[in-house]
Amino acid sequence: MKVHEYQAKALLREFGVAVPKGDVADTPGQAREIAQRLGGKVVVKAQIHAGGRGKGGGIKLADDPAGAERAAGQILGMMLKTPQTPPEGIKVRNVLVEEASAIDRELYLSLTLDRGRSTHVVMASPAGGMEIEEVAARTPDKILREWTHPALGLGDFQARRLAFGLGLGGEQLKQAVPLIRNLFRLYLAKDCSLVEINPLVVTQDGRVFALDAKLNFDDNALFRHKEIAELRDVNEEDPLDVEASKYSLNYIKLDGNVGCMVNGAGLAMATMDIVKLAGGEPANFLDVGGGASPEQIENAFRILSSDPGVKAVFINVFGGILRVDRLAEGIIGAVKKLGLKLPVVLRAEGTNVEQGKKMLADSGLALTMASDMADGASKAVAFAKKARE
Amino acid sequence: MAVLVDKSTRVVVQGITGKEGAFHAARCKEYGTHVVGGVTPGKGGTSHDGFAVWNTVGEAVASEGANCALIFVPPAAAADAIMEAAAGVPLVICITEGIPVADMVRAKHFVASTTSRLIGPNCPGVITPSQAKVGIMPGHIHKAGEVGVLSRSGTLTYEVVGQLSARNIGQSTCVGIGGDPVNGTSFVDVLRLFNDDAGTRAIMMIGEIGGTAEEEAAAFIKASVKKPVVGFICGQTAPPGRRMGHAGAIIAGGKGTAAEKMRALQDAGVTVVKSPADMGATVAKVIGK
Repeated sequence: MKVHEYQAKALLREFGVAVPKGDVADTPGQAREIAQRLGGKVVVKAQIHAGGRGKGGGIKLADDPAGAERAAGQILGMMLKTPQTPPEGIKVRNVLVEEASAIDRELYLSLTLDRGRSTHVVMASPAGGMEIEEVAARTPDKILREWTHPALGLGDFQARRLAFGLGLGGEQLKQAVPLIRNLFRLYLAKDCSLVEINPLVVTQDGRVFALDAKLNFDDNALFRHKEIAELRDVNEEDPLDVEASKYSLNYIKLDGNVGCMVNGAGLAMATMDIVKLAGGEPANFLDVGGGASPEQIENAFRILSSDPGVKAVFINVFGGILRVDRLAEGIIGAVKKLGLKLPVVLRAEGTNVEQGKKMLADSGLALTMASDMADGASKAVAFAKKARE
Repeated sequence: MAVLVDKSTRVVVQGITGKEGAFHAARCKEYGTHVVGGVTPGKGGTSHDGFAVWNTVGEAVASEGANCALIFVPPAAAADAIMEAAAGVPLVICITEGIPVADMVRAKHFVASTTSRLIGPNCPGVITPSQAKVGIMPGHIHKAGEVGVLSRSGTLTYEVVGQLSARNIGQSTCVGIGGDPVNGTSFVDVLRLFNDDAGTRAIMMIGEIGGTAEEEAAAFIKASVKKPVVGFICGQTAPPGRRMGHAGAIIAGGKGTAAEKMRALQDAGVTVVKSPADMGATVAKVIGK
């Protein structure tokens, strides 16, 4: 799960990590008040989950409260387009108004899981402000790494090594070490999957703080962090993805025209692959899980067919735990209730498969049976192509 | 011959009084697996659907000689269950999906301090056809034979097993290592077992996008594996930055793509299958059947 920059900074503050003074606003008037309170120059920053906001016109500098009000008026409500947003952009609903700082140096700091070593890693680089992937590709020696101990955590000696590596000494070292220590404390305490401070800045008057902050959280751990789960902003997500998550369905909308309904994540990915190999484009990833109920199947069907791009549906099920008769019950219920006109191709194997196929045959639905994955994919792709003509 | 589980495996099911645990304990027993009973803390001394229930894994070891734990404990307590099991039995198979990553980092570290092996979590388990089924896979699709199957995915493994059995190609053992970013046994560990197993003639490996487990497997195959290997990577069409169901199946920072993994396997001499429909046929060709 992702959160907004202003929410991330509130958590940083709570854990004793220095961030610029500021507050969030949803009207230009509020932005003016905040700027007044802060005094001096301020930065007005669009709050959307995607990065690259500055280049898209989502970050503006203002000299005074009136300027902050003007900037907020331009940013609030705009469809902000960045390389990370959908082509139409994301609507800006909030802005963060912060004190502007005279920056001396921009650094990079992040914490995440290192899968290869099965533990957490703290990464730092003197090349802040840039995409870390770019830094890693061009100058890999500029990235410093410290792996935390799975049981003991991060040692101060490791935080010092990073700080010295970033060229921080004296007073700045005294600020940087607790900052790194506290970031790791936050990362663990809230089950973050990513903490990224880009840039971490040193100001001309010698202060070290997080100018930007990105926090992602481990979805599997949200059950023990109600306060984090409440920060979710569904405005930032695809409405169909949000609807699917209500029914514990794993759904990701894509741009193709063959809707896919599969049990199991691996088989769901393989089904998308085979649709592509058959000359079509998958419209979605959808894993209904191992123990899907007829109700879940029905909702899955409703969600995937409400994507206007979908011209044919390919159901590919290898029932281990999932029983084919229950799948059939869900499909029949959904098609009848929704009055669905889309062609449906079904490939099913597993427990109670004969019973399930008979139920579908008797239901009178216009259903095409497939003998295997390849057959199912080519039939579904043919239907989708025909519908487009 | 087989790896990991066979007729001598004595399974204790952790979380046996839950819906999933009870259901699958019964299916494993039906298949012929020696399920000695289960563990649910606080319910020791009772019985559930005919299975004895203990409070601790240690009790199951002491009274029934359990040597393998099968875990269905819910995510919040699953990492703890893994550690309890690893302290008591040599083989721990965790089915539970959705364990927090930070919990697994600690549990994996603990398991490494023991001599036990962890399979999973978030996996279908392990089956040696006609001997022992320790997991949630449908037993009836399997057939005893000489192809070792290893995979990060569940239902896609059933798919390949179905394709193999339909061609009358049996399996020595099928191992699901799971789809989480931090798991116990790796592809390399299982490849080593299959390579040393006299009952395994060829290996079918199913990988997916995300991480570098397939690249590490490729390096090991190139250096050490003497048997023919067929490989498939799912997620060739997955968009970057989106988690495809499995917590571990994500292309992040341009790394972990299917194309990279397929290339690494090809370079290691693995016969790489492009279409998931051709997995069985390709194995047949490779072993000359």
